[in-house]
Amino acid sequence: MIGTINLFVTSVGRGALNFLSVAGRIAVFAGRSITRSVLPPFYPKLIFSQMISIGYFSLPVVGLTALFTGMVLALQIFLGSARFNAESAVASIVVIGITRELGPVIAGLMVAGRVGAAIAAEIGTMRVTEQIDALETLSTDPFRYLIAPRLIAASITLPVLVLVGDIVAVFGAYLVGVYKLGFSPVTYIQNTMDFLEAIDVISGLIKASVFGFIIALMGCYHGYQSRGGAQGVGAATTLAVVSASILLLSADYILTELFFIQ
Amino acid sequence: MTVISKEGKQSGRDLNSKISLYDVRKKFGDHHVLNGVNLHVAPGESLVVIGASGVGKSVLLKCIIGLLRPDSGNIEIDGSDIVGSSEKSLQNTRRKFGMLFQGAALFDSLTVWENVAFGLIQGMGMARSEARERSIHNLARVGLEKSVADLVPSELSGGMKKRVGLARAIATNPEVLFFDEPTTGLDPIMSDVINELIIKCVGELGATGVSITHDMASARKIADRIAMLHDGHIIWQGHVDDIDKSDNAFVDQFINGKSDGPIRVEAVSN
Repeated sequence: MIGTINLFVTSVGRGALNFLSVAGRIAVFAGRSITRSVLPPFYPKLIFSQMISIGYFSLPVVGLTALFTGMVLALQIFLGSARFNAESAVASIVVIGITRELGPVIAGLMVAGRVGAAIAAEIGTMRVTEQIDALETLSTDPFRYLIAPRLIAASITLPVLVLVGDIVAVFGAYLVGVYKLGFSPVTYIQNTMDFLEAIDVISGLIKASVFGFIIALMGCYHGYQSRGGAQGVGAATTLAVVSASILLLSADYILTELFFIQ
Repeated sequence: MTVISKEGKQSGRDLNSKISLYDVRKKFGDHHVLNGVNLHVAPGESLVVIGASGVGKSVLLKCIIGLLRPDSGNIEIDGSDIVGSSEKSLQNTRRKFGMLFQGAALFDSLTVWENVAFGLIQGMGMARSEARERSIHNLARVGLEKSVADLVPSELSGGMKKRVGLARAIATNPEVLFFDEPTTGLDPIMSDVINELIIKCVGELGATGVSITHDMASARKIADRIAMLHDGHIIWQGHVDDIDKSDNAFVDQFINGKSDGPIRVEAVSN
């Protein structure tokens, strides 16, 4: 009996220690990455090419998910609000839900899968093939050359992606509203615009920027720490996506509280 | 950079060392990989560290270049200690270094010439057009034609990658060249080609060479002096010609490639 309790306490303790040490390592890594991101030398060409690969190439996947999210949201809210005869609120609820919450979260999760994994795999491969060591022997700081451009690019492009996603999602909802649920186009657009406030959109875009930072940071961190060949890189990729998704959702709650609950 | 004669190399240790290691220790978990390594490399000398796989040769090399920080001990380059030095001064010291990695470690997102020019463009701020010219010249030094310059690393064979890696290592005219298992994964003829190139490049630059390898043919060819690492220590060091009469059972076992002897080979099954 005492043995079982001992075992339990030990494993809980070990888990807690592991968690704290990982959290500490990530914090140190983040601190180092941020200082390298804001101090020269900068690599504008690398930042630009990362913006293309993180932002531009994510447009189709973000656009498609946003479109279907907007469409299904219109349908669900219509069906739900029909229970208390509030169908006219569909347009306003859709646009607030999308801009504040679903736009950034869904784009963030899709980009975490697409970009977080790619960053972890690329940097992880560079780690296990000693390319990161080679950078250092060639007097180049890998934090400045590899990590800073990805963090900067992701933090800048995610809000742009989310803005595009917001527009596409609202358009999807409009299509369903007008062609399926029988709203008049003018009323639908008017309802959409009437109750929309600047803070709805801005809070979503700030969230997006934080999500972009988290995704790139997790990809870089797990890639940078990867060890032991193909298996290590595979594990880094999985960890990058899972940890980015979880952190992203918890950051989402914290940011929402900061923005809207005084 | 002075080139010392073969005679001078053997006597030119201690105070005038290019690289000195004093009681360097490094452990991972409970495993003491380096357990008090003392080693001196004279300017212009070519030292080869031999030892069984997994004995810590790479760790030793990474400590000297500053990629790993030893737990204790001193590592001096030209008399100044790099253990505990700031990131900036470490980066300045590294400008003296060039390194050929085991798998060449070419940047696969860049072309061959951009790889070779990397240290010139990023490290020294040279203009791209000039750096390209210098790269093509450096590729010629390792026997590669101009047409290779615009290929990407994935289009190259293993031997060519090593040559490009060598061209990248010598591009900035370093004072010290490091070679990590330079012949691993190459056929015997290509190994010899790389060995010859290493001797040629180190000689032309008048650089100090530090190599780690378990390929004795390569070690005999490129070394002035050989040191053997075993169990965290340097257990023997001496002139390359003396290695066959070392009177050291560990060295004898290693250079003759015998499975029985004082060096215990880990069994495959537990």
